[in-house]
This record gives sequence, C-alpha cells and structure tokens, in this order.
Amino acid sequence: MTGLRYVYAVCRPFGTPLQAQLTGVGGDPPRLLPHGDLVAVVSHVPEGDFGEEPLRARLEDLDWLTAVARAHQGVIDALTTVTTPLPLRLGTVFRDDSGVRTMLEARDEDFHRTLDRLEGRVEWGVKVFVEAEQPEQAPAAPAPKPASGRDYLRQRRQQTKSREDLWQQAEILATDLHRILSESAEDSRLHAPQNPALSGATGRNVLNAAYLVPRAKSEEFVERVDRTKDGIPGIRVELTGPWAAYSFAGEESAGKESA
Amino acid sequence: MTVVERREIALVDLLDRLLAGGVVIKGDITLRIADVDLVRIDLNALISSVNAQVPSPFEESL
Repeated sequence: MTGLRYVYAVCRPFGTPLQAQLTGVGGDPPRLLPHGDLVAVVSHVPEGDFGEEPLRARLEDLDWLTAVARAHQGVIDALTTVTTPLPLRLGTVFRDDSGVRTMLEARDEDFHRTLDRLEGRVEWGVKVFVEAEQPEQAPAAPAPKPASGRDYLRQRRQQTKSREDLWQQAEILATDLHRILSESAEDSRLHAPQNPALSGATGRNVLNAAYLVPRAKSEEFVERVDRTKDGIPGIRVELTGPWAAYSFAGEESAGKESA
Repeated sequence: MTVVERREIALVDLLDRLLAGGVVIKGDITLRIADVDLVRIDLNALISSVNAQVPSPFEESL
C-alpha cells in the first residue's frame, strides 16, 4: 500500500472492532497497527497532501484544516467508545508502517505510563466569556441626549466604569471557577483565550480551561459548572465535552499551562 | 450568567486540542508540525487571514 501513515492515537489492544463505515483523514478508513502490547490507529494518506512541504501549505487552508481536524476527532471519538485512546497531535505522519512500529517501540514506556494515567478519564472544557455588548443596560426611556459636554463626559465615564466593573467581576469569577473546578478534577490546563474572529463566539474569552475528570465523576463535575449559573449579567460560561484527554496527553507536570 | 452546552463541536475548541494538545511525536518525515512553535506560526497566519476576511466585531469597541 502506498502513501504515508497518518497516526491518530495509540491505544492498548481492544476487542471491539471499529465501526465499519468510519472514515478518517482523506476518506481512508482507520486501520489498527498492533505492535507489541500497543496498537497505533492509522490511515493511509497521500504524500501530495501530507508530505512536509504540502502539509505546511495546507495548514494555512482553513477548509482543509477543518476537514482534517473533524476527521481526526471522528476517529478519536469512535475509539473513545471502545477504549481510552491516547490522542496524538494533528499531523503526526510517518513514511510507512515500519516507521510507526519503530516509534511505538521507542516510546513504549511513555505510552504505557500515560495510558495508565488517563485510563477511564475524560476531558471537559470550560470557557468564560464577557459579552461584547452589555445587553444595553436597557434604559426604559431612550438615553437622554447629553445636554452639555460635561453631561457627555459623565455618561462616558459611567459607561467605562461599568465596563471595568464587569471585567473585574469576570476575572474574579473565572479565578474562582477555575479553583473550584480544579479541586474536583485530577488535573487542569489553561489554553490561550480564543480569538473571537476564529471562534465566532460573541464576547471576549477570559478563561479557556480543560479539566481531567474520571468518567464516573463527570456528572458531578458538570453539575458544579451548572451551579455557576447564579448570575452576573454579561458573563457567560460554556461547557464542552466529554473529550478524549487531548490536553493531558503530554508529559507536562500537573497544572502546567499550555498557553 | 448563562451556562451554554453546545451540541456541535466548534472548530476552535477542536484546534485548541488538536494543535496544542495530543502527544507530540516526531514523525519519520518529521513534518515539524509536531513542533508547537511552527504550528503557532501557521495558526497565526491562519488567524490573521481569517481576521482580514471577517473583521472582528469588537475592534471598534475595544
């Protein structure tokens, strides 16, 4: 078989077959490549897209990147239903099967240690946003036109002040929330705040965190996030997950920030 | 404050994990994609191209 090998994840052997219709990156079905007591999950991908130079150029193409990212995630998701996969970073490519085997052998000890650490755990994402526009602090009557320059400045100062208050509240809330959630998680990571142009989300992202939580304690964790509902208007909390433990697959020590 | 649970996975959440998370392994070809710095550079280029096409609604207010 020609082509390069795109590797999604490393797992321990699992008995259940992958869904037959599952397609991976580039439409190729993911295959299992067992070596020793580990299994690499791989697809065959064309060199024209995944060779060093083309891949670098391709990464700048948002549509292409989206398709690869969704396909990668689709395979990881499918694996998550049958085992606890150790996800690899997007774009991990080898020339052939023997390259993958060599890698499995070289990292054998690391993989086992990390698989032990992640077994039965999932990742939850929690983001805090400050809404871009305060819901216009809806004055019952239309705001009076400033009668004078001094009135105008006073109005501006008030607007700025309430904006600053909101930022401060958001910061306090994000810090508290992160502390509380860290207590009920085994580990946490702070990702860089998301760029609104890329996320399409409204508001500014002030917390973008990931938490490693045992599957069995997930319900409790989600309830904790839900309990933050008591409200500060203008601040929004978003929960995503459960994810495979992408943010915890590295070897960094606990609590290290990735951003 | 509202807690929102999104059904569909947002690309940006996915990229946080796929480009900044996951095990980093130098492949054979060593695409250097595994290198976080390179990914950041590529992603920065990506984000600025997105910025150019879709102006941020906040640029004026911030």
